[in-house]
Order: sequence, then structure tokens, then C-alpha cells
Amino acid sequence: MSNTWYEKTAHEIRDAVRAGDVSAAEVTESCLDRIAAVDGQLKAFIDVWNDAARAQAAQVDAKIKNGEDPGPLAGVPIGLKDVLCTKQGTTTCCSQILKGYRSPFDATAVERLADAGAVFVGKLNMDEFAMGSSTENSSLQTTKNPWNLECVPGGSSGGSAAAVAGHECAITLGSDTGGSIRQPAACCGCVGLKPTYGRVSRFGLVAFASSLDQIGPFTKDVEDCALVLNAICGRDLRDSTSADLPVPDFTQALKGDVSGMKLGMPKEYFTDALGAEMREKIDTAIKVLEGQGAEIVEVSLPHTDYAVATYYIICTAEASANLARFDGVRYGYRAPGVTNVDELYRKTKTEGYGPEVRRRIMLGTYVLSSGYYDAYYLKAQKVRSLIQRDFNEAFERCDAIVTPTAPTPAFKIGEKSSDPLEMYLSDIYTISVNLAGLPGMSLPCGLTASGLPAGLQIIAKPFDEETLLRVAYTYEQNRGFELAMPAALRAQ
Amino acid sequence: MKYEAVIGMEVHVELNTLSKVFCGCSTNFHAPANTNVCPVCLGMPGVLPVISKRAVELSVAVGLALHCTISRWSKMDRKNYFYPDLAKNYQISQYDLPLCANGYLEIPIDGTTKRIGVTRAHLEEDTARNTHTIGGGDSGVDFNRCGVPLLEIVTEPDIRSADEAYAYLTNLKQILQYLDVSDCNMEEGSLRAEANISIRPVGTEAFGTKTEVKNVASFSGIYKAIEFEIARQQQVLEEGGTITQETRGWDADRGITFSQRAKESAHDYRYFPEPDLVPLVVDEAWEQQIRESLPELPQARRERFITAYQLSEFDAGVLTADKAMADFFEATVDAGAAAKPAANWVMGDLQKLLTERRVEIGDCALRAEDLASMIGLIEDGTISGKIAKDLLPEMLDTGKAPKLLVEEKGLVQISDSSELEAVAREIIEANPGPTADFRAGKEKALGFLVGQMMKATKGKANPKLANEIIRSELAKTE
Repeated sequence: MSNTWYEKTAHEIRDAVRAGDVSAAEVTESCLDRIAAVDGQLKAFIDVWNDAARAQAAQVDAKIKNGEDPGPLAGVPIGLKDVLCTKQGTTTCCSQILKGYRSPFDATAVERLADAGAVFVGKLNMDEFAMGSSTENSSLQTTKNPWNLECVPGGSSGGSAAAVAGHECAITLGSDTGGSIRQPAACCGCVGLKPTYGRVSRFGLVAFASSLDQIGPFTKDVEDCALVLNAICGRDLRDSTSADLPVPDFTQALKGDVSGMKLGMPKEYFTDALGAEMREKIDTAIKVLEGQGAEIVEVSLPHTDYAVATYYIICTAEASANLARFDGVRYGYRAPGVTNVDELYRKTKTEGYGPEVRRRIMLGTYVLSSGYYDAYYLKAQKVRSLIQRDFNEAFERCDAIVTPTAPTPAFKIGEKSSDPLEMYLSDIYTISVNLAGLPGMSLPCGLTASGLPAGLQIIAKPFDEETLLRVAYTYEQNRGFELAMPAALRAQ
Repeated sequence: MKYEAVIGMEVHVELNTLSKVFCGCSTNFHAPANTNVCPVCLGMPGVLPVISKRAVELSVAVGLALHCTISRWSKMDRKNYFYPDLAKNYQISQYDLPLCANGYLEIPIDGTTKRIGVTRAHLEEDTARNTHTIGGGDSGVDFNRCGVPLLEIVTEPDIRSADEAYAYLTNLKQILQYLDVSDCNMEEGSLRAEANISIRPVGTEAFGTKTEVKNVASFSGIYKAIEFEIARQQQVLEEGGTITQETRGWDADRGITFSQRAKESAHDYRYFPEPDLVPLVVDEAWEQQIRESLPELPQARRERFITAYQLSEFDAGVLTADKAMADFFEATVDAGAAAKPAANWVMGDLQKLLTERRVEIGDCALRAEDLASMIGLIEDGTISGKIAKDLLPEMLDTGKAPKLLVEEKGLVQISDSSELEAVAREIIEANPGPTADFRAGKEKALGFLVGQMMKATKGKANPKLANEIIRSELAKTE
């Protein structure tokens, strides 16, 4: 019988490993075999840690043999976006400027997953420095959408989404600055959750935009999301912005239902910009929740139109400073043949970054410049406050907000890569959530006629991931369809 | 035309916390290059700063000592510029909301006190140190210093002369040393001072164009640089020229300032709030706690010395200039010495011996109790002041108690009249010339004869008694 553990969810694997029905080693081999079989097409992984994964699995098995607790994610194969620092392998953010860079430490989230018994199988492709919505900005390779190999997986965490959707591993971690978890999750038909800003330590997450970045999971189902949150959330003394709040057992949130809960539909999200087919998918999903007793109310987020502009001022400003350190002086790429320090900076950065990263550094430098600061950066911060206020007011009328995750399903590779503005609009429904620091989640809500997944986004109040999970779980249990294995990857 | 100078000072002080301001590395930057470093202060990908509570406390303490308002709510900002000594290519500093603002420092000048306004004091991180091989070729960066907490203290343009600038700096340094927040060592760079200098015709309000004098290694250097710069600017203006706004260095050997870098246009540092740190909140309780922990400051101590010990203003000023010295003086008095002789010994012989030996009072073997007991031995006539002067170096070097030394060396003062009478007779006999002079009315000759007596007794004669006895012996044998 062929070993199909790679198809399983994390909680199925965990239960089986803990019960002794399967060894962590067998599960790991199953995933490594699957990666070997399909990643040539998908190109989700940029580095597969065969030996390290086997060693980690052996440790889990040894613990079980010795009667020790192997942890709540015992033997679960996990892939990591290349923006997360790991002592194993390299940490490059898929940029030439960090080619060959080895981090001396593990990110806090990675450390916590390891403590929970996870087995890391490798690093995943992404848009360079998480800047992009299609993963086409990776300097290494183009990741394909498992549902249609001619389409993008979304981005920037495209590798993380494709790896879970393509059943290469049970869980992956990604990062979300303006939708980089939720949008690819929607494109690839998996569950993606961006926790509240401050819920998960950013220590070891290579910064793109510090006030917006947050680490979160991609999983095959909602229950797995809760398991990952249990492991990675909570105060970290190495991150001053991590919240000093108690971390609940998120799996308990799955037990509730949505009867009597008010779900808000922001009218600004349901306009003509949303394609008819996507609209129908979202409406159907919302009906499922209504059928479970939720009350649907219309809410308004009046500053929605300004979100993309606000976001691209704040994120580029922060990025222009965050990326300044990659200068060829201490680590990473250094341009050869330079004769002075200015030339070293100029050549290293010109040669080391791709065009989108250069564009954003220029934008960010511009909006912070003397004489422009008030007109751009300061104004953007004020609009950001207004967007936060919009959500506060909306949450006075509802418990959670439901929206589409992205305006369209996954688009074709190359379709938008020549038009940055068009690409930026892929994130119109996800960006506000980052500006407001809220938790947001994307769930598959069916396939379009062309066989591509559609995503339903759920947004909750700050630090109310439990409501997020409860609504998501209720939908998932009652949605009335199962996502089959993507056709392109069947019978591999 | 008569001109007046308008001067503002910027002082950077390295705070003497054990760890750096945003990571746990030691602040000892004299360690071998790049040994007190970690991923955070090296600015490696994925790291985050965590602010040192201690550095904030020390900054607030300085702010309070300078009568500043402490911000209940302030924040850190990123100051962006590219340089290899800056690991992240931005410095975490404070821009529009400094921790401390609107204070002042009072300086004694021309017999009165002048108030120098302190605009702000803000917390930031120090940079690394670049080194270059002579003649070029290789450059290195030592990141040990990168991230050491730095407090920048900026004055209003209230200073009008080199004297005032000097007084400001020495008084500020005293306060910093009293607070024990910094080593204040200019040569090692733990205290760096820059002066912004301009001149204007007396009686006018508008500021002239300023120059900024940097990289001066001592207070006296700054004094001279300001004097030079005022004269230079005056000459330029008198010759019909204009002052260029620029940074000028100080050539101590030639005693001149020289142009280093013209400020083409103001540097655009693209400041914005540091998103990796939460706002800096110093609530009333914390401020109060820091206020209560403040030691007595130099000015207050000076005033107390005058009233409590009846010292002159001058003596009180000298004694309190250095906290360790003032502490030592008080400990000597506490151990039973009278204030006036204690002050004289501390300011005089002791200070001189320490200077000769290039040691600090805290680093020598002398204990305040022993100085007090030495003073006691003089008071009760056991030893003469002359003997005490000879004893002090040994006490300082060995830490031996004066009583013990006196016994060991047999230095007890001769206060036995009959013994001294015999010596006096010998001296009179051996020195007929001065004896005759004295008898002829030359009072001065007595001093010589007493000196001979002290010499003959190896300084052990009680000087007062020796004086009386030789006088009476001279009268007898006439």
C-alpha cells in the first residue's frame, strides 16, 4: 500500500503519531517523497531539508519510545517561508542580496513549532522580501498554482500556499504584510490566517514593513490553524511589539457555533470591482453561515478606497529603512570591483535587488523625504487611524466581518507582472486588515468554473482569533463540498 | 563694531549601563574588536531592538538633574543615513518627542549665576568605530561600541563666551559624575562636546551664520577653539566677508579650527517613528521613583558645605568639584576630623600627591579614617604638621594607619622641655652669627634657629614649643 500520509491534516498525523499508529519517520518520508514527485512542477520549495527533517523525525520517535510527551504537533511536517530565520540552511527572502546568508538563530515562531514536535521539511519560495502578490518577484523560481500550473499561486507567500495545497506538507508558515497569507491561501484553496498584530513574535521574521508584518499559518483545515496558533502565539521578550496577553486554547473555539452571531458585510467590498462569479461564491458562503444561525448585517468601512494608497506609503517607507542594512558591508551579496563606499552601496543594491524591491525602496525614500513627509507619510498615518476607526465602528454592529479575500481567482503567470498598479489591486480586500492590525483569515469557498479556488475572508476584532476560528470552522463543517486533490497533481 | 558671541552646546554622553541600549551585549568597547556583539547590534536580518529600562532611567535622572520636563509619552525614531559604522544604516534616536526637554543648568560666572537653557536631552544608540590602514587600502569596523546608550544634551544658544562654555561643560560633567551615569572620559569618547558658534553685533537680535566645531578632545580645547572661532569670524566680517555655515575641526597642535565639511544642504535623515519599539512611557510614579533616587547634586552640596562646615565659597567649590573628593572629605569629617584642617589636607597635600601619582582618590590605599586620625595626632601634639606631611605619601601608598607609622619610625613629637632646652643650647652655641643677629634685634634670625632645631630633631620637635624654648634660652645666655 502506498504511503499517503502526505495527504493528511496535521491533527490526523499528530493523533496517529502520538498513538503509535505511524512513526514520525514514515510521515516524513511520505512528504519528502511527495515533494520529490511534484515539486519539480510546483516549484514551491527552494530548499528541501531531507536529512534535517529525518533527524528531527527520529527525535520525535525517540521521545515516543521513551515515553516522553512528543508535543502537540508531534511528527507534523512543516515548511517555512524563506523570510523566516532558520539556523538550518539559508535565509535569503528569495533575494540575490542575501544569497547564501545563514542566520545564526531561529525565529521565535520556528523555535516554538520545533518545541511542539514539528518536523521542518524545507524553505519555501516567495516574492523577494515579501513584496508582491504572485510570487513572480522571487529571484529564484516561479511557483505554480497547484490547481492550474499556468497560474500564479498568489503572493507573497506563494510557495507556502502551493506547498499545502499541493499536499507537500501539512502546514506551512508564511508572513502577511498586506495580504501575503490570505491572498495566496485564497488562490491555492487552503486555509490561511493572519493573526492580530502583536499575537505572534516577529523576532526572526526578516522585516518588510514592521508595523504591518505578521507571521501566520497555511493549513488544510481550520482545526490545524488552531493547533499552529496554540504553538506560536504569545509574548516574546525579544519583540517589544508582541502582546503580553494570555493565549487561550484555540481549539476550544472550534466547539462553538455562530447562532446569534452578527456577521457584517462591508458594502464597500461588494462593488463592481468584485467579479460576478466571485460574488456568487461569497454570497453562497455567507448563506451557509446564515443557515447556521448567523445574522448578516450591512456595515460600512468608508475609508476603504484609501487603503491601497495608504498601505503603499507606509509599507514602502518602513521597507526603505528596513532594507537599508543590506549594503554589502557585513553579510550577503557584495558587488565586486568597487573603489569607494558610495559605489559599494550603489552597485550592491542595484545588482542585489530585483525591480519591485528597488521600486518600493525608491517610493519609501521619497515619501519620507524632507518636504514630502507631511503630505505622504504623515497623512497616510492619519488615514490609517481613520481606517482603524472604521473597523471599530463596524465592530459595534457585528462580531465578525465577512468579505471576499481577493477580487479575482488566481491569474495567469505573467498576466500582471508588467503593471505594478494592477498587481497592487490584488490586495484591495486584505490590506485594510493589516493597517488596522486585525486578525484575518481566508478559507476556500468553492471552485470557479475554470477550476480555480475562491476565498472567503473573515475579519475579527483585535486578539479575537477565537471568533475567527469559530466562524471559519462552522463554515467549513457545513459548506457542503470537499476540495478534491488538484487535478494537475493527481496520480503523481 | 563690537560683536558678541552666540553659542549653543551639544554634548553626547555614553551612559554607563552594563548592557547596550537595544540588546544584552556588554558596553565594554575596549574588548577585542567585534567580541561584544550579537545579531541585534550587528543589524542582522530578522532582529528586533528591545529598549534597556536602565538606559531610560539614567536619561531621566540626567533630565531631572537639569530641571527638564520628562515626557510622559515619547517615542524612538529612525534616523536614516548610510555609513559603514551604522549596522542598520539607520540610527535609533529621538526626533520630535525627546525624553527630556526645557531644562536649564546654572553656572557660576563673574561672581553671579547664569542660567543656560537645556533645550532637550534624548536617548539614542552609539555607532560602531571605523578604522582605516594608514595610506588607505583596508578599512575595518569594530561594532563593540555600536548600540552603547548615548544621551544627547542640547542647550539653547544662551552661551556668550568661551568662559561660559567652559563653565557649562565642567558643571555638566560634575552633575553627570554625581549622578554616576557616565565615565565622562573625553579621550575615550564617553563624553563628546560640539559647539555651535556665531557672532552678531552687540545689541542686535538676529543670529549670525553659525559654524559647528567638532572632534575636540578636551574642555580646554573647546575653550580655545571657541576663542579662536569668535576671533576668526570677527575678522572675516570686519574684512567684509561672510561666514560659511560648515562643520569645522580643531587642530590642537596649531591652535586653529579648519573647515571639514560644508553643509551643502541640510542632511535629509528621513526621520520616522521606530515601528519596532512601543511608545516610551514614563509615568508619574516611575519619574518620582527616579527623582527620589537622585543623589545630592554639586550645587546643593556646595551650599551645604558652606553652611554646615563653615568653609569658604572657594573651598566648598573645589571640594565638591569632584564627587569622590567631596565624599572623601565628608568621610574624614565623619571620622572625627575638624572640617577646616580636613578641607586643607584634602585640597592641598592629598590632591597634590594624587595628581603626582595619577590616581583617583578611590583607587589609592588611603582611608578617610586614617586621614582623620592623622589630623587628630597633629591636634593633640603627637606629631607636627611637618611630620604629617612626610607621613601622608606613605599612608597613601601603603594604607598603613598613621599611629602605626609614627610608632614604627619613632616620629612622636618631642614635647619634653628639658630635652628641647638641651638641643636649643647646642644650636645657640653652634650658630654664633644668627644668635648675635637676633640679639641685635633681627627677629628673622629666630626662624633660622628654630629651623636648625627642627633639623637636629629630624622634625620631631614640637614647633611651638621649640620656638618658645629657643627664645627663652637666648634670653638666658645673653
